[in-house]
Amino acid sequence: MTSVAHQKLQTGSRAAVIFKDLVSRPSGSIGLSLVIFHVGLALISPLVVPFDYKLQNSALMLSQPNAIHWLGSDHLGRDVFSRTLMGGREALLVTGVATPLAVIWGGFVGIMFGLVGGRVDEVLMRIVDAFLSLPWILKMLVLIVTFGTGIEVLIPTLAFFYGIPVIRIARAATHDVIARDFVWAAKARGHGRVSIIWRELLPNVLDTLMVEGAMRWSWMLLAFSSLSFLGFGVSPPTPDWGLMISDARGFMSFAPWGVIGPVIALSSLIIGINLTADALAKALGIDRAQKAPM
Amino acid sequence: MLLMLIRRVLLGLVTVCIVSLIIFAGVEILPGDACTQFLGEYQADDELLAQCRKDLDLNRPAIDRFAEWAGGAMTGDLGLAVDGKTKISLIVGDRLQNSLLLALCAMGIGVPLALMLGVITGLWRDRMPDLIGSTLAIFAMTIPEFVSATLLILIFSIWLGWLPGIVLTSASAPAAEFFPEILLPVIVLSLVMCAHIMRMVRSSVIEVMAGDYIQMATLKGVPYWPMVFRHALPNALLPAINVVALTIAWLLGGVVVIEVVFNYPGLGRLMIDSISDRDLPVVQSIALIVASVYVCVNLAADLLTMLANPKLRTMYTRK
Repeated sequence: MTSVAHQKLQTGSRAAVIFKDLVSRPSGSIGLSLVIFHVGLALISPLVVPFDYKLQNSALMLSQPNAIHWLGSDHLGRDVFSRTLMGGREALLVTGVATPLAVIWGGFVGIMFGLVGGRVDEVLMRIVDAFLSLPWILKMLVLIVTFGTGIEVLIPTLAFFYGIPVIRIARAATHDVIARDFVWAAKARGHGRVSIIWRELLPNVLDTLMVEGAMRWSWMLLAFSSLSFLGFGVSPPTPDWGLMISDARGFMSFAPWGVIGPVIALSSLIIGINLTADALAKALGIDRAQKAPM
Repeated sequence: MLLMLIRRVLLGLVTVCIVSLIIFAGVEILPGDACTQFLGEYQADDELLAQCRKDLDLNRPAIDRFAEWAGGAMTGDLGLAVDGKTKISLIVGDRLQNSLLLALCAMGIGVPLALMLGVITGLWRDRMPDLIGSTLAIFAMTIPEFVSATLLILIFSIWLGWLPGIVLTSASAPAAEFFPEILLPVIVLSLVMCAHIMRMVRSSVIEVMAGDYIQMATLKGVPYWPMVFRHALPNALLPAINVVALTIAWLLGGVVVIEVVFNYPGLGRLMIDSISDRDLPVVQSIALIVASVYVCVNLAADLLTMLANPKLRTMYTRK
């Protein structure tokens, strides 16, 4: 937490200071570059890929990497390099929309719980606990099998289930803030609930929520690619790393190049997000390792 | 103390009850019921459906059926699978045993390793052992399990030929037959859990070592290693209990992907299979078992922490 004295000394806005701190750390600069690289690639890849991602060529089935097909071709004769370049688009789109949604609804409900307190809070937290005790994959799969696998199902499903743990975090953070003097002062001045949430609680809970959001993003990406790997995510022929690894796995003993490209791409993106989240947490003064994973 | 214990156990029970309600309500709300699945989408005309619903007692109010299901579950009777013949407790029993075996093996390797690495990286903070350990931990933690599993199969099974890459043993085989096929999944799982626990232990060691009483001990002239073992570690390892508990719960319920990659006949794969087959009675049972394990393990961890920590113990007695 930045002290009052420190805040007065700051030259730029707080966001600029935090950003500077973030990129000055090795983990922050490496992580952020990886994330920016992947987002950029996802945006421009349809324009720069050398081959059509769904173009099948039976003459080229499982051919080795060569000058034309840099990463070889898959079991349908499609260019692995082009598919790897485009394989993150769907994942980034889905998780990029679902993460902010999850943080917003989870954060809002969490702050409300924390503010209301008492019996209501106790009962609602039991329900949250109950939801958390069910394995994520079971909750998601039941919905996906029932409603289909399109992004119009995946985004709300991911946003809903990944928002539930955020409730807990936001509630705990609210509890920390709510007993502080400035909240009492605001109450004494006669501010309404909305004003207290917006002007007193939210600015103080926001740091925690931002770090939480970054962490959720990486876990959601993991979940999404796992779903694709299991065959419940994107539908073929859309290129997706999880699905590509799952397809190429069967031919791994004689055509390992099919898995290497997507493995490196997916790992580097998730590591990038995690490094960024780590550096962001340190820049904001939040100890991330103290939080147990879901 | 006793009062607090009873209170925590009751809270755990309440959570399990809410879980069972959520599971049951979830299945009720979803479109379709056991009969539409059993008869298939094609030949199901209204007459057949009505007959089937009558046979399966689906016309009774949901609350009645919930009471029956929950009551049966308490005595270990989970009812019948969607085919109307197989007892769920039989299918699930074998799978649960296999999952337990996998979890125990992974914990046997992962937990001691994680505690050791966590202490080492914590004590040598920001120096070589820590930098290497922490970087590796980030890799182990963040890379998706199916990716690391695929890579390990590629290296150890295909290129080197040291270990079998998939499990071919049948679900009901005795534990001994799973060796050595179980080794690769165990390695992948212990890597992931090791990274999580290690990071937790590391930050807790760092926090404790900065404490006043450690400085006090140093000033009193206690040598470094006795101080670490007698003063620092007992306190530093306490928070690890909770993370270990979370990991156990995860091992027993969330390792679907690993089980699919290695074709391991555990609870996770049964879950996927029954979801794909829309065998909802089995899904309900698995959900209930996994959720109960989660609640029990966390409860046990909380109680252990309280028993081991005099500060928490007295705090609750005074209340």
